[in-house]
Amino acid sequence: MSFFARFAQNRGALVGFIILMVIIAMAILAPLLFPESPWRMVQRPFLPPLSQEGFPLGTDTMGRNVASGLMHGAWVSLLIGLVSTSVALLIGVPLGAIAGYYGGIIDDVLMRFTEFFQTIPNFALAIVLVAIMQPSITSIVLAIAIVSWPPVARLVRAEFMSLRNREYVEAARLVGQSNSTIILRQILPNTLSPIIVLASLMVATAILLESALSFLGLGDPNVMSWGYMIGAARTVIRQAWWLSFFPGVAILLTVLALNLVGEGLDDALNPKLSRER
Amino acid sequence: MVYARLIIMRLLKAVIVLFLIVIFNFLLIQLAPGDPAAILAGQAGAADQEFLNQLRERFGLDQPMYVQLWRYVSGIAMLDFGYSYRLGVPVFDLIMDRLPATLLLTGTAFVLSLVLGIVAGSMAAARVKKPSGSLIMALALVFYATPLFWVALMSVVVFSVYLGWLPAYGLYTVGGGHTGFALALDIVKHLVLPATTLALFFMAIYTRMTRTSMLDAAQQDYVKTARAKGLKPSIIQRRHVLRNALLPIITLAGLQAGQMVGGAILTETVFAWPGIGRLMFEALQQRDYNLLLGIFFFSAALVIVFNIITDLVYSLADPRIKKGAS
Repeated sequence: MSFFARFAQNRGALVGFIILMVIIAMAILAPLLFPESPWRMVQRPFLPPLSQEGFPLGTDTMGRNVASGLMHGAWVSLLIGLVSTSVALLIGVPLGAIAGYYGGIIDDVLMRFTEFFQTIPNFALAIVLVAIMQPSITSIVLAIAIVSWPPVARLVRAEFMSLRNREYVEAARLVGQSNSTIILRQILPNTLSPIIVLASLMVATAILLESALSFLGLGDPNVMSWGYMIGAARTVIRQAWWLSFFPGVAILLTVLALNLVGEGLDDALNPKLSRER
Repeated sequence: MVYARLIIMRLLKAVIVLFLIVIFNFLLIQLAPGDPAAILAGQAGAADQEFLNQLRERFGLDQPMYVQLWRYVSGIAMLDFGYSYRLGVPVFDLIMDRLPATLLLTGTAFVLSLVLGIVAGSMAAARVKKPSGSLIMALALVFYATPLFWVALMSVVVFSVYLGWLPAYGLYTVGGGHTGFALALDIVKHLVLPATTLALFFMAIYTRMTRTSMLDAAQQDYVKTARAKGLKPSIIQRRHVLRNALLPIITLAGLQAGQMVGGAILTETVFAWPGIGRLMFEALQQRDYNLLLGIFFFSAALVIVFNIITDLVYSLADPRIKKGAS
């Protein structure tokens, strides 16, 4: 069976994929459908959903268009999710590869380091980092990457440890390939599928983390994000529940879709494993 | 004896980790924007140089870096976390004041999520190829994907604003004049929404863990033996599968407990629950960095304490650890 056939066999994954495509379309279409800045006050505040044409989701406390904010927010969520996961991979993969390949003291030191970061409560660390570096897309991406790389390092290390004594690795050593060549060209390509599955789940977690940070007021003040919209509407929840409701649904659907896609990727990339489950 | 050594080793490791966090904290304070003295003076409404210098001297900000580091580290060793730049109150006092509320909230949420998660997870494992089992897992996935703060807000809308069943804010009714049993009942009422919303996300994690762990344990030879002996499936599930599946759950639950302290920051913010999470939010809003880092250190310490307790529970639950070591 081909990769796509196996992926599509998991119905949840297919649903997730479709939702994800819709969210991506929202992000791409946002500047076309709502060319005005989502921060602009365009109508009277607290307009309920479906009460006026052009404002299907109403307006917020400052008279900003909720639908516009929702579409522009999709772009921010996806961007931060993808970039911070990439940065986390850039930290975690090399650390895990080196620890797993060389073993011994190097492994010990790197794993203590990883454990240290795993002990610190993730969310509290992210808050402190963003607060100290001042909220911006860069600081948010960095903070999320710093709290989410340890599982990558552990996964890659475990994979490398189980692969480093395989015959093809021994053969590469015999031909005189250098350690870095063996790590990059022989072992790493064989660890890609679990890394891809983990990465898709990490994008989901990163989006949740970003929304929680902006909810607390630690979002980039220049970009509209779903977490910010919920946080800004928190105090008026009694009068205008919809201001918090719609961005929350958007986060929920995005994170759910990414998790479903991750499970589908797992099925498609590790067919033997998932059939046993 | 071996048992005691295990505990001592764990404590030693904990002290090293905490020491590293203290140094990390100190570096972060140096990176924090602005001169704390200027922030203080700005707050007090005066900014002449002499006053600034006075403040610097009072908080030791005029000393060279290594002296400041030493003062900071030795201070924390004696539970002196310095002052909240904004409130002028010792950070330690502020945290101690708020700690019980957080422990009540996270403790309740932890027990709730663990019990419900194990029940739901073992039900899903027993119905592995049935629609009801898939439904449980689908629900768990939805809870896992839902932002905590959003569930919290929506539960306020539904249960507090719309239905009017439960209070939405605070630890108890202010000015309610309750005492004794009535006060306890009042606190429980206030606890329901924050604890449940905090528990949902972790319940989802424990459900998935329990199911995987139970399915793994069901593959083991001793389960096949039990089945061959003709034991009832329900007894096999409870005695052979669940009991062995619980061990990895305990370990992972201990690791997850740390995330619960983080989750409490969000729930406490939404429900105005007077714990250290809410204190952290207030420190954030006022850019009170010293208080912020004090709370950060404390939450890390809580996680470590929790992990040590988990280790102890684990070794009690698995007698092989003691036997194997001696």
